[in-house]
Amino acid sequence: MTTVEVVFLVLGAVAITSALLVALDANLVHCALWLVVAMGALAGLYGLLAAEFVALVQVLVYIGAVVVLLLFALMLTRAPTGSLPGLNGSTRAPAAVVATATGVILVTTFAVGFGGERLAIRGGDVGSAHRLGATLFSSWVLPFEILSVLLLAALIGAIVLSRHRENG
Amino acid sequence: MPVLFPLVVSSLLFAVGVYVVLARRHAVLVLMGVELMLNAVNLDLVSFDALWHDSLDSGQLLSLFVVAIAAAEIGLGLAIVLLVFRTHRHIDVDRLRDLADRDLVRTDPVSSPAGSTAGPADEAAGEAVTTS
Repeated sequence: MTTVEVVFLVLGAVAITSALLVALDANLVHCALWLVVAMGALAGLYGLLAAEFVALVQVLVYIGAVVVLLLFALMLTRAPTGSLPGLNGSTRAPAAVVATATGVILVTTFAVGFGGERLAIRGGDVGSAHRLGATLFSSWVLPFEILSVLLLAALIGAIVLSRHRENG
Repeated sequence: MPVLFPLVVSSLLFAVGVYVVLARRHAVLVLMGVELMLNAVNLDLVSFDALWHDSLDSGQLLSLFVVAIAAAEIGLGLAIVLLVFRTHRHIDVDRLRDLADRDLVRTDPVSSPAGSTAGPADEAAGEAVTTS
């Protein structure tokens, strides 16, 4: 077991444990904060897989914007800041069955398909912003432009939805 | 490292995300479950890019696209959640079962020109909604 593998397993355990705490915690704001921990552990995993630009984007956009938006939504919907034991609905047992079945199917598929292969993390310029930027703006320009139109549509949609309606 | 390490982590994260979406009652928590699933998919994409090293860097770039699309989706989803909270005063997904707004509660004083005088007009509008 190399150092990279040990660190990978530790970060993976942190990510899965904090995701489970998002699923099981009774306090809404604590769930959002456990999501921050999970995403931070995932950013560390991306760094170990030689994807450092993706790790930076994960911290900036997911933790810095998405979780902040979630916390704002919790605040604006008057979410109780104490424990809320009624948070789990009546669908807990079927949900656990479906989730376990999903996990088992995915793990089995991956184990059967990719069981013996090993990653060879190359050194050098693999996941840097320079290389990804060059590839993004040469081979992926069309999806990039479509993505910017999508972001514009989402922005306009959010503004239209949150406008105060006039009476009559 | 064996490629199974990141793949198993992402499968377990995806399963936990499925549980959060199905079992939790608060709409914002459901959106957190969707975010967990998207993160699991991102980990898959990045690990397959590390395995195959294709010339287009498609794993890492597709994960960047997934991050941007998830940000757009959560912005719009939270706008919808706020609108539901404004009209229903709760965002318990177990109670939001009707397509019609029968339990509508008008609670934005900002939208009416003068709060109390617009009350009867609000109730008339509400009755018109429920009887149509």
